Amino acid sequence: MIGSLTLVEKICESHRILSKEGMDLLFIDRHFVHEGSHHAFHKMSSSGREVRHPALTFGVADHYAPTGAGNPNETMSVMISRLRTNTAQHRIKSFDLDDARHGIVHVTMPEQGLSLPGTTIVCGDSHTATHGAFGAFAFGIGASEVAHVLATQTLWQKPVAPMRITITGCLPFGTSAKDLALYVIAQIGTGGAAGYAVEYAGDTIARLSIEGRMTLCNMTIEMGARSGIIPPDDITLAWLKGRALAPVGADWDAAVAQWRELKSDKNAKFQKEITIEASNVVPMVTWGTAPDQVAAVTAKVPSDGVDDAALRYMGLTAGQAIQAMPIDQAFIGSCTNGRYSDLLEASRVLRGSQIKVPLLISPGSAEVARQAEANGLVDIFIKAGATWARSGCSLCVGMNGDRVKPGQRCASTSNRNFKGRQGKGARTHLMSPAMVAAAAVAGCIVDVRQHDGYRQSGAVST
Amino acid sequence: MKPFTVLNGGCVLMPYENIDTDQLIPARFMNRTRASGYGGYLFYDLRYNASGGQIPEFELNKTNGSELILVSGHNFGCGSSREAAVYALLDYGFRAIVAPSFGDIFCNNASKNGLLTVPLADQEYTRFVRQLSQSEFKDVKIDLAKQTLGFKTSATFGFEIDPAIKRKMLQGIDDLAETLQYQAMIENFETKYLQNKQWLFPK
Repeated sequence: MIGSLTLVEKICESHRILSKEGMDLLFIDRHFVHEGSHHAFHKMSSSGREVRHPALTFGVADHYAPTGAGNPNETMSVMISRLRTNTAQHRIKSFDLDDARHGIVHVTMPEQGLSLPGTTIVCGDSHTATHGAFGAFAFGIGASEVAHVLATQTLWQKPVAPMRITITGCLPFGTSAKDLALYVIAQIGTGGAAGYAVEYAGDTIARLSIEGRMTLCNMTIEMGARSGIIPPDDITLAWLKGRALAPVGADWDAAVAQWRELKSDKNAKFQKEITIEASNVVPMVTWGTAPDQVAAVTAKVPSDGVDDAALRYMGLTAGQAIQAMPIDQAFIGSCTNGRYSDLLEASRVLRGSQIKVPLLISPGSAEVARQAEANGLVDIFIKAGATWARSGCSLCVGMNGDRVKPGQRCASTSNRNFKGRQGKGARTHLMSPAMVAAAAVAGCIVDVRQHDGYRQSGAVST
Repeated sequence: MKPFTVLNGGCVLMPYENIDTDQLIPARFMNRTRASGYGGYLFYDLRYNASGGQIPEFELNKTNGSELILVSGHNFGCGSSREAAVYALLDYGFRAIVAPSFGDIFCNNASKNGLLTVPLADQEYTRFVRQLSQSEFKDVKIDLAKQTLGFKTSATFGFEIDPAIKRKMLQGIDDLAETLQYQAMIENFETKYLQNKQWLFPK
């Protein structure tokens, strides 16, 4: 079958140790751990096992990281200190809260140059798909698999069927990779890529920034996929070169020679193919409790065959306009939209504006925070009345005490609008950073394309 | 891992789609150790109101909690990779989940802990749920070796399962223990593989 393999198939082939009963035992190049990995470390210590490759394992505290100024509460302290103890005991490099490299695992590891093309990357977090932006086969795993990787640096995988999503054309003014991801989910549903490894292709993807690619690959899990991948190109290499922990010198040259070969063969067979026209993408807003319950900001909550339970939970009626829906608070951050380019987009709306509802902005990493401070973004945020917080998963998952109160409506740049995700009874509306900023300024959901400051800033899509 | 062979038990029917792992166990309970038990937190925010009282309409609050099988809609267990969702289901008492489709990572996590996921094709699922709703007795038999699911007195339904997962679940074999049998092959592979992959190690 030479000459007819997809990129993911090629990566699996080069990492396959053995096959048995239709399962492949794959070597894992990168294993990222966080506080949530405590069950796996417990399994290791209770069976007296050693970590097989500490030098290929990297840790960071993010899920329980405090974003407020105060000290972490007891739960957060315990979880963060467990990670500290476990990683120290096993000689794993880990970025603690006071480390300049600290941040959300899916923001900070790429930033450090640890997410590399052609590698297998796993982490006990579903949004590990993010690292596919670099041409890695990256996917989330559970605690048992985390323990398995810690102990053996391998993982059993059933070969995943390949699917290709080709995106052509230009993303219009006022839209971003987040809108594109939500638009794709609107077309194919939360099960649309279930059981598939998605590869993105097309001229839109070729022009998309690494940050935009990360957002898109990140949201691929919300289509039900195992992973999302974008073959590495000049944009990828330019982004990686010189990063703190990326290969250097002869290592870099050797790596680049291997990475240049990383693409699907012309005759590669994809079991499912869809094509998306980017110029049709508009600012998107979720109205329900699953990411495919989503519509254009200018649309109405659907009235045909609608999920009544979702509408009840969200406090909406069928046929109601999405625009002008009042919100109680707003959140900008998360592994989906917590990067510098996301904050820059938000700043184009917030410059010279005043927010009407509380807006929490949590940068994706300490490095993102430094850039935002150095370039004056933080001044803009604070003048607008927003709360500038520390880096962490924060209000995306509500594990560090940042929560939305029952019945409150939150415009959020995060990735899941599940019931209770941002807090018990919380009502989440997913959208892009610019859309969330515009909603915070208006106190209700609005179309960012109508925002004067944003229009004048000449904002371009990412 | 406890072997899974034949299961006879009652069903709880929650025929909703997209029951995600955030609903199965809210994130705020995930800091607990495995030994402390997760059963009390299963569907916590759907089971209990703000003052901790039971919400009577919720399915789990209408039963005595003795059922072993949960029947649910498409995409069960989607979302977060938290294995605590599987711990919560198991600790509550469930041994199998029947649904038309499952979240990818959830399915993996379930198989590593002896929780059987039974996928039924859409039409079969509809027929099964109809029979379950009409049946006076909610008792269902699942035979993993035969890959069947059925009622004592009427139709049975077949289901698919990966042969490797089936074998490990039938025998209660832990993945890690099995992988370690291939230690020599892993080491051989590593030696060759890492030779021209020195760039994997940050300097």
